[in-house]
Amino acid sequence: MTKQQANWSPYDNNGGSCVAIAGADYCVIAADTRMSTGYNILTRDYSKITKLADKCVMASSGFQADVKALQKLLAARHLIYQHQHNKQMGCPAMAQLLSNTLYYKRFFPYYSFNVLGGLDNEGKGCVYTYDAVGSYERVGYSSQGSGSTLIMPFLDNQLKSPSPLLLPVQDAITPLSESEAVDLVKTVFASATERDIYTGDKLEIVVLNAEGIQREFMDLRKD
Amino acid sequence: MMKLDFGGLESASQFHGVDSELVDGLSSAPSFEIPNTTNFDGFQKEAIQMVKPAKGTTTLAFIFKEGVMVAADSRASMGGYISSQSVKKIIEINPYMLGTMAGGAADCQFWHRNLGIKCRLHELANKRRISVTGASKLLANILYSYRGMGLSVGTMIAGWDETGPGLYYVDSEGGRLKGNRFSVGSGSPYAYGVLDSGYRYDMSVEEAAELARRAIYHATFRDGASGGVASVYHVGPNGWKKLSGDDVGELYYKYNPVTPSTVEQEMAEAAGP
Repeated sequence: MTKQQANWSPYDNNGGSCVAIAGADYCVIAADTRMSTGYNILTRDYSKITKLADKCVMASSGFQADVKALQKLLAARHLIYQHQHNKQMGCPAMAQLLSNTLYYKRFFPYYSFNVLGGLDNEGKGCVYTYDAVGSYERVGYSSQGSGSTLIMPFLDNQLKSPSPLLLPVQDAITPLSESEAVDLVKTVFASATERDIYTGDKLEIVVLNAEGIQREFMDLRKD
Repeated sequence: MMKLDFGGLESASQFHGVDSELVDGLSSAPSFEIPNTTNFDGFQKEAIQMVKPAKGTTTLAFIFKEGVMVAADSRASMGGYISSQSVKKIIEINPYMLGTMAGGAADCQFWHRNLGIKCRLHELANKRRISVTGASKLLANILYSYRGMGLSVGTMIAGWDETGPGLYYVDSEGGRLKGNRFSVGSGSPYAYGVLDSGYRYDMSVEEAAELARRAIYHATFRDGASGGVASVYHVGPNGWKKLSGDDVGELYYKYNPVTPSTVEQEMAEAAGP
């Protein structure tokens, strides 16, 4: 008798794309607001971006229920940190925490593809990119989600910076200004929307800099 | 009757809950939630498909007169897509020990960091540095206890301790081998070819670094899953030092310089439309 296979999966993919770009003194994090399942759109107005700390913002695509659970866990851990250390968590610390949190579910993963953006301890922009089980690295820019294979080559073309592994060390931060980076993000999502069915509806852009956090929206194609 | 200590070999699920801090869970392995399914293997296979760990890689390490030379590429691939060209595959466990990454990126990163913590605790408890033998055994025992659960780790632990230079190969099947020369990853056959033919015990640090660099370069040339930046580290009596990080695309032109050829006849511009 053949082994019975499961006919129910605990996972689903709600689609969508996320992008983050680090600048000299700012960080841009953006994601579309479409949430889908299969060929259906569940809603056109779902935010994939969440503020984890004053200087740290996370955008996640994948299975939004797992994303929501992950966000709650990180918020709780951040609150404990604030109680114990009397200060906000810095972005590099939050990056490590996210990695460990993801790895603790190594045998039943969070189906969440994350991109963390913020300002490091010196005020410079930083972006951390993750896989679903917590492997991470600091980069100058990154994209995750259903449109990432369309978006990444374009970002490589516009922003490709010397690898941080090169010796002598060369700076990985993009020379673009904040407004140029925001325009680049809008262009990138407009293109991704054309060719990825899961990306579209509206674009949410969050900019983190010394003044704080600003949020703006841009319409994308709804088809 | 003597009681044997199987602490390192017991399966993870017996230990306390996931809420405990990382440090608490270190005397035993950190505990992990298991999905409530009858078909664990099948579930893991599907989960791995989602996770798609980076497998294509080339890493190598060898012992020679002046210590240990460790080198790796920096490409991570998910199926046919290159997910990153700047992955750190040589992990700095502590100032005198290095680990290489091959297999699942998250598995290697997490367990190497865990090993670094354990090594530091050993130093504090015993007032002396841990040996490379000891460190590799700690890692091997942890990986053995998770054998069959889908971890993918193919690592080399390289360091310098009281007995001199040390090099061990440790993998997620539970294997642990002591040796002088190893290469791990999809590009390892190509790297072995260059490494084995050029190896001498009494090389200088520069010669050994160039051999390691060339071996990685040739592997990235022929293996599609390897590429990016070739990093070379040296572990000596005072610890490790990064010697070089070169983009393999540029290394190609360094090893195969474009010589301007003498033109015998200049091509004349075609006259008229």
